[in-house]
Formats: sequence, C-alpha cells, structure tokens
Amino acid sequence: MNLKLLYEISFSLLMARWKQTLVAAIGVTFGITMFVALLSFMSGLNGLLDGLILNRTAHIRLYNEIKPTAVQAVDQYYNNPQQHNFIHSVKPNNKGLKIRNSEAIIDALKKDNRILGIAPKINTQVFYQVGTINLTGSINGVDVYEENRLFKFGDYVVKGNYIDLQNTPNSIILGIGAAQTMLVNIGDIVNITSINGNKIPLKVVGYFQSGIQDIDKVQSYTSLKTAQKILGESNNYLTDIQVKLNNILWAPEMAKEMQRQFDLDALDIQTANSQFETGSKVRNIISYSVGITLLIVAGFGIYNILNMMIYEKMDTIAIMKATGFNGKDVKRIFISIALSIGIFGGLFGLLFGFGLSVLIDNAPFETASLPTIKTFPVTYNPLFYIVGIIFSIVTTYFAGYFPSKKASKIDPVVIIRGK
Amino acid sequence: MSNIVLEAKNIIKHFYDPIDIKVLNNISFKLSKGEFASITGKSGCGKSTLLYILSTMDTNYEGHLWIDQIEMGHKNEKALARVRNEKIGFVFQFHYLLNEFSVLRNVMLPGEKLAKLSKQELEHQAYEKLKILGIENEALKKPNQLSGGQKQRVAIARALINNPIIIMGDEPTGNLDKKNGDIVFDIFKELAEVYNQTLLIVTHDIDFASKTHRIIEMEDGKILNTPSLSASI
Repeated sequence: MNLKLLYEISFSLLMARWKQTLVAAIGVTFGITMFVALLSFMSGLNGLLDGLILNRTAHIRLYNEIKPTAVQAVDQYYNNPQQHNFIHSVKPNNKGLKIRNSEAIIDALKKDNRILGIAPKINTQVFYQVGTINLTGSINGVDVYEENRLFKFGDYVVKGNYIDLQNTPNSIILGIGAAQTMLVNIGDIVNITSINGNKIPLKVVGYFQSGIQDIDKVQSYTSLKTAQKILGESNNYLTDIQVKLNNILWAPEMAKEMQRQFDLDALDIQTANSQFETGSKVRNIISYSVGITLLIVAGFGIYNILNMMIYEKMDTIAIMKATGFNGKDVKRIFISIALSIGIFGGLFGLLFGFGLSVLIDNAPFETASLPTIKTFPVTYNPLFYIVGIIFSIVTTYFAGYFPSKKASKIDPVVIIRGK
Repeated sequence: MSNIVLEAKNIIKHFYDPIDIKVLNNISFKLSKGEFASITGKSGCGKSTLLYILSTMDTNYEGHLWIDQIEMGHKNEKALARVRNEKIGFVFQFHYLLNEFSVLRNVMLPGEKLAKLSKQELEHQAYEKLKILGIENEALKKPNQLSGGQKQRVAIARALINNPIIIMGDEPTGNLDKKNGDIVFDIFKELAEVYNQTLLIVTHDIDFASKTHRIIEMEDGKILNTPSLSASI
C-alpha cells in the first residue's frame, strides 16, 4: 500500500518533468544501443577473424618433425654421472616425414569419442612447370570429404567444385594466385615436378582462395591418392593427421596425450595460434570499455536531472516530510524515478541495439580476401542484452542514489521557514 | 491529566551561527484538549522556532516535549515522521500543495501514508473535510486553478485528514487578504468550538491573536504571561 503510494508519487513527479526525463532516458537508450550493437559487431568480427584460422586449422596436428634426437646414443650408453660426453656437430636424424603405422593410429583415434573427426593429409613441396620456368609450390593431398566436413574446404573453392577433386583422377585445385601466375583455366593441364623428380601432368578442376595471398600463390590441393602418386609412395603414406575435437579447449591436454601414445609430434591449436586469442580479448576489452563509458555519461545525465528535480521539488519534499513521510520514503521516491529512467531507457536501448545489429548484419561487406563473406558479421548473443540491462540498472541506481540521499536529508524546517 | 495534549518543559534552544544566541530560554507550558491558543510576539522572539520544536521537525534542543503524553526526545526520525503523520496537522503561511495532484488527492496524501483506511473510505473522509471548509466543489481541480484563500483551506483540510490531536499553524493567514484571513480564522474557531479541535497558531497579527481563547506572548525567547491553565478559555 505504502510502496504503491510512493511509486504513484514518483510517477507524477516524473510526468511533471517528462521532457527532461525523456532526455535522460534517451541518454541511457543511446548508451545501451551502442553497447549492444558494438559488442554484437565486435564479437561477430572476432568470430569471423578467428574462423578464418580456426575453422581451417586442425585442433591437433600429428606429424613428424625433423629434429635431432633428444637423447643421443652416446649418452644412453655412457651415462655415468662422473663423466660428461662432448658431441660435436649433431645433425637431425632422418626418420622421414612419413607417419609410420598410420592406419592403426587412425583406427585408434576413431574409437576416441572426444574426437569429432580425423582428416589425413600429405604435405609436399613441388614445382609448377610453366614453359621453361619452375615455380615453387606446395601440394596438400587431402581426404576431400573429411576435409570439407571438418574444415569447410568447399567454402574456399571459388571456382569449380571441390568434389571433382575426388571424382576426376589426377586432378588439382590451384591456389588462385598460382593459377593467375601460370595463366591456366579450369580444364587445362599443369605439369608438376615432385621433389624426388617425378613429373606428372594434372588437370585443373578449380581455384582455391584462402584470403591470405601468400598462401594462394603457392598452395594447391589434390586428393590423397594423387599426392601419393606424385611422390611415388604407397597408399598408406601420410605426413599429417589432422584431428578435430568436440571441444577446442581439450586440445592442449589431448595433444600431450597423443604425443606420448603415438610417438609423434602433436601441435595443439592454442599453441599454434596464440595471437588470435589475444586479439579477441583486446577487442572485447575495447568494446566493453566504450559501452561502459557511454553508460557512465548517461548516468551523469540522470544525476544532473535528479539533482535539478530535487532542487525544484524542495517544497514538495518539505511538506511530505512535515506531513509524515520519512527520509527513507523520500529516498525511495527519487531512486524509483532514477530506476524507471534506467529500466525504460535500457529496454528501448536493447530494442534499438538489436535493430542496429540487424542493420549492420545486412550491410554489404564484400572483400576479395574473404570470399564467403557478403555482409558484416554480427553475433546475436543473449548475454550482451542481459549485461546491457544490468549495466543500465546499476548505473542509474548509482546516479540516483546520491541525489536521493540528499533529498532524504532535506530539513523541512529550513525550507518552510525560508519562505 | 488525560486532557493534556501537548506539554513542553524547560525547552532551551541555541543558534550557533553566526554567534551563539539563546533563542529559547526555558520555555514550559501545557496545552489541553480543545484549546485554541496563539503564540504571538515580535519578529525574532523565537515563536516560530518554538513551534518547529513542538512540531517534532526540529530535534536540536534541550528540554522535554510530550505529545499526547508521550515523550518525544528519544524517538528516531522515522518514529517522529509517524507522530507528525498521525497526531499533528500543519498549516503554513504558504499552502505547499502539490500541483501534480488534484485537490482531493492532496488532502488524501497524508492519509494514504498513514494507511489506516481504505482508499474509498479515505476519499469519503477527504470529501467530508472539504465540505467542512466549503470547498468540496473544487475537489477535482488542480491546486493551481484555485485562489489563494481556497488553497489555504485545502491545506487546512489536508491537516485535518488524519484527525490529528493538534493542529499547528505558522502564520496561516500571513499570505491572505483581510477577507480570506477572516474566513480562515472562522474555520479555526469552528474547529475548536464545534469539533473540539486543539489548535496552536503562531501569528504576529495581534487582531487574530486577540480573538483566540488563549494568547501566549513571547519576548526574547521567554513566555511573558504566566502559562497557567486558568488563563485559558
């Protein structure tokens, strides 16, 4: 009963000054709108940029790295702590890039239910022969279906169809930069020389564009079988096993586990791409701080308006106190004014923020380096909206708190006697 | 002495700014139920200061104050607000009506705060009070549509809404012309004589004071005439 009365009084005071109230509410609305839109856009951008790398990168890559043996033979033989072995000119040993026993490893991985999928790969250096010139390049032999399922291979094939790689024997999808240098079209034949001297003609069935020019100039894709043929290797020859997990966060730990289990090198995505996480974090900090700044500015607006309102309504406060309203009642009245500005301003802010996000989402954004992107990226995350409304309520509460406290402390005698 | 409504004993009040002045010096008096008393004196004699102490709004004093035989000295802000709400009606020089609300709602507000009656009953009560003051036809208007005299009558109706045991006035006719001042005086008189309402009015208007039942004259923070009960009525 009493609360209802106080809210009615707050509402009347609010309506009596509706223009100022509106300005204050617009301040909050603007702050929240920008906050929501900015965060949605920024996190969309984060998702896009991360996706550029993360979607195409294996969570764990198993391979053989060429490196010197960790424990030299002499140390194993003479491991007396009293003596020290000096070995000069240590060279890496040649165990080859081939993953040994690859079929058994793949079978073992397939049984692990933490793993979403496995894509075997052969990575090798080649020369593209163009007339008398040899261009260096690299070829990825891939399992076409798995590569597409796990790493969206098809998205980056800008001309031709990625399936043709599987269906057409001795076919190749060239990086768009390489294709332009060699002046070849789809259906043409390019000659490839492998590092061990094999010469093989391959039919171009498509162009590939990753968005990173340096890669597009050298990289090409073939099927696993074609790659094995280029190298003259057997059909169980693999250089990489790419593993995609159900949860990317498991990668570092599982990488260690696999390294032990299979005696291979295992590189997890977090180690390989730590700079991306840093970038995302920085962008998030920027958008949060801009949003909070806007809200604090809006908060000062509310503070001002409430202060003015209290100044104007001194008489009202004095008579209310004289006729039996206590300080707490007065405080509650002004805080509820501030909060209603915050809540309504905030709700409209969420609405406009959503609208602005949709607008950004539909704004055309075409760039040669990102073939799959047609509009600006936007994420619709309910968390931003929840944080937005909480922020607006908290800032307006604090903006209202101090003027309200002042109002509750007004001495009616001073006001009434002053008349 | 159950008919003592208000009692002050040895009330002393200092003003410290700009210099230490003893504005009230050992004020003691009693007010019985149904008394229509006025406090008069020259400007600066401390009569308003005394009224605000008696009204519980000013708590910075020495001495003792009983309202309805309850000691006020130890109560906190919230409890004092409750006392003002329930037991005291105020009429000031200025009407202090809220322009955001109708006349009726202005009268009802202290009653709504008290929350003893339902809204319908309260509305009925408010109409009754307005009827006593002869302004029931203005009930639904906004205060700024009324004349000065009418506004002051609304303020009196507001003072009456919770059936207080005492009505305190600080120059209630100070802003009014002679005619409206007389109307307000007649209302006070009627309240005292017909409804047995206790009233304590601060005024510098000798004319007004002389027509009340009891005059408490003050000078330099002291009451001049002996505050005996026999002097009243």
